[in-house]
Amino acid sequence: MAHHYSELRMPLVHGGKTMHDITNDVCGSIEGKPSMLWWVGWMVSGLVALMGVLTIAYQVYKGIGTWGLNKTVGWGFDITNFVFWIGIGHAGTLISAVLFLFRQKWRTSINRSAEAMTLFAVMCAGLFPVIHMGRPWIGFLWAAPYPNLRGPLWVNIRSPLLWDVFAISTYFSISAVFWFIGLIPDVATVRDRAKHWARKFFYGTLSMGWRGSVRHWNHYETTYMIFAGLATPLVFSVHTIVSMDFATSVLPGWHTTIFPPYFVAGAIFSGFAMVLTLLLIARETMNLKQYITQDHLENMGKVIILTGSMVGLAYGTEMFMAWYSGSMYEQYAFINRATGPFAWSYWIMVSCNVISPQTLWFRKLRRSPIFLFIMSIFVNIGMWFERFVIIVTSLHRDYLPSSWAHYYPTHIEVMELIGSFGIFFFLFFCFIRLLPGIAFGEVKGVMKMGQKHKHDDKPTREAPAEVSHV
Amino acid sequence: MSDEENNLFFGVFTDEDDCLEATKACTEANFTYHDVIAPYAVHGLDRAMGLPFSKITWVTFLCGTMGCALSFLGMAYMSHWDWPLNIGGKETLPIPALIPIMFELTVLFGGVCTMLALFVFCFLYPGKQARLFHARQTDDRFVIVLEMDEDFIEARAREIFTANHAEDIREVDADYDINSGPEGAA
Repeated sequence: MAHHYSELRMPLVHGGKTMHDITNDVCGSIEGKPSMLWWVGWMVSGLVALMGVLTIAYQVYKGIGTWGLNKTVGWGFDITNFVFWIGIGHAGTLISAVLFLFRQKWRTSINRSAEAMTLFAVMCAGLFPVIHMGRPWIGFLWAAPYPNLRGPLWVNIRSPLLWDVFAISTYFSISAVFWFIGLIPDVATVRDRAKHWARKFFYGTLSMGWRGSVRHWNHYETTYMIFAGLATPLVFSVHTIVSMDFATSVLPGWHTTIFPPYFVAGAIFSGFAMVLTLLLIARETMNLKQYITQDHLENMGKVIILTGSMVGLAYGTEMFMAWYSGSMYEQYAFINRATGPFAWSYWIMVSCNVISPQTLWFRKLRRSPIFLFIMSIFVNIGMWFERFVIIVTSLHRDYLPSSWAHYYPTHIEVMELIGSFGIFFFLFFCFIRLLPGIAFGEVKGVMKMGQKHKHDDKPTREAPAEVSHV
Repeated sequence: MSDEENNLFFGVFTDEDDCLEATKACTEANFTYHDVIAPYAVHGLDRAMGLPFSKITWVTFLCGTMGCALSFLGMAYMSHWDWPLNIGGKETLPIPALIPIMFELTVLFGGVCTMLALFVFCFLYPGKQARLFHARQTDDRFVIVLEMDEDFIEARAREIFTANHAEDIREVDADYDINSGPEGAA
């Protein structure tokens, strides 16, 4: 495997690690006592998550009236948060599946955390449409096509909202399965190192009796490839379908054919920003700088420039098409976005998403962890506002001026948004404590990259060939 | 494995290339593999062992096709046959509108069945006790385990293992497992 690579390539893992060092480093972070930083992060995010859960309980008890929605602006923070979190999830699948198919070996250091991030982000995303139903225990069931007492009155299969139910649940299931399959060999390693009976039981159950047999690896690698092949079109389909929730309506500002590629690019853009945020924290607090190197950060920076520019191009195209369409409603929707009562949100979006990522053309900035961290926060904010702009500014000016309204989120909505971040980070902190946060089984497989000359110094290559042909 | 009472002969390697070379040599020498164990996926090791390509792709294909067909039939039943509802005068069986869900269920069925097939093909289940030949076989050690049957020539195997820098070479009972005690007796 290693022989196919250029000798000029830099090694993916720094510090001259052996295979055993990798196992020790990654397993060490889940075997020893957690650091102070971890405890602080876990408790703070846990408290924020608890606040979110209590707020949701209050909202479900009191009703949707606790939100600032009105007859004109029927979607506000809830759907903004939903689209935002779904978008965050997309980077995980992109890293685990698309970069796998493109043979981007650097993905191995970051794919496990990114996939975990996908799962938690999709959980947060799924929460919002469900609580938006007001009585989720009823509404949730109505979205499922099952024989019922109402006729049976089936779900409307022509509705993009129903496609979304299928897309999101498939996306969550496939991401979870892909993640679990990736975990099995690594969990087996943790199991074989475990001393305490509880750890032996926990990791023994999860590892499914994996022992590293090449007969199993043969099936495993095929399975992994299939999952990458299935997840790649899936990730594109999911945000395409999310964008159709808007694009198939006749609302100015939503009714555009550019939405699917625009949403997919935006999703990858925001997701990579969130991966950067999480990994910059993880490499700092869990001592993983030799695994998540500046080269990894730089690569992610490059993806951010690319997708950020695509998003910028989409904003420009939308403006152009509004003008070119000749439709006064369409033109008004876009002029209103940039100059109306929500202009502040539009300009936050443009400055965070279009202008700020362009600084990453400078190599120095792309390799600076602190700069990237600040940048990733900006992009996260910008991408949240993108969804807010699309949803709220398009809705608040109806066709009839008598229906025009404004939207003010209540503190309940704000607390639920903050609470969703709490849930997301709390789950992530639990994950990096319980399961190997770096897919070391895969990292080991790419260790020899860029080390060919070093390896060939060992007198191993020629001697065995002679002996075995005697 | 209990019906094969041959003793086992194994070598432990520390490097993937050594293991790969030794495996190629063992295949050439026509030895019967009990198992070859690698802590991570080494490309080419399965082919060196003489294993065919995995048939798991067929499971994905068949189950994916089934998901696609079932979702089409299900939606056609719901919206066309069982309760044709007039929604804005639209067709009751609109093919383009069915495509997103057909695609999603193709992926869902294909994916979940592939995972189940992996567990069935490898006979893995939650809580299964893994059989270990070396304490670090899931960490950084490669193990080639040969059956000591009629094709087996011990001197030849020892020669191959030694030439490829095996750090440990042993002959053990058929049911050797380090989980069942230090001497490996069951």
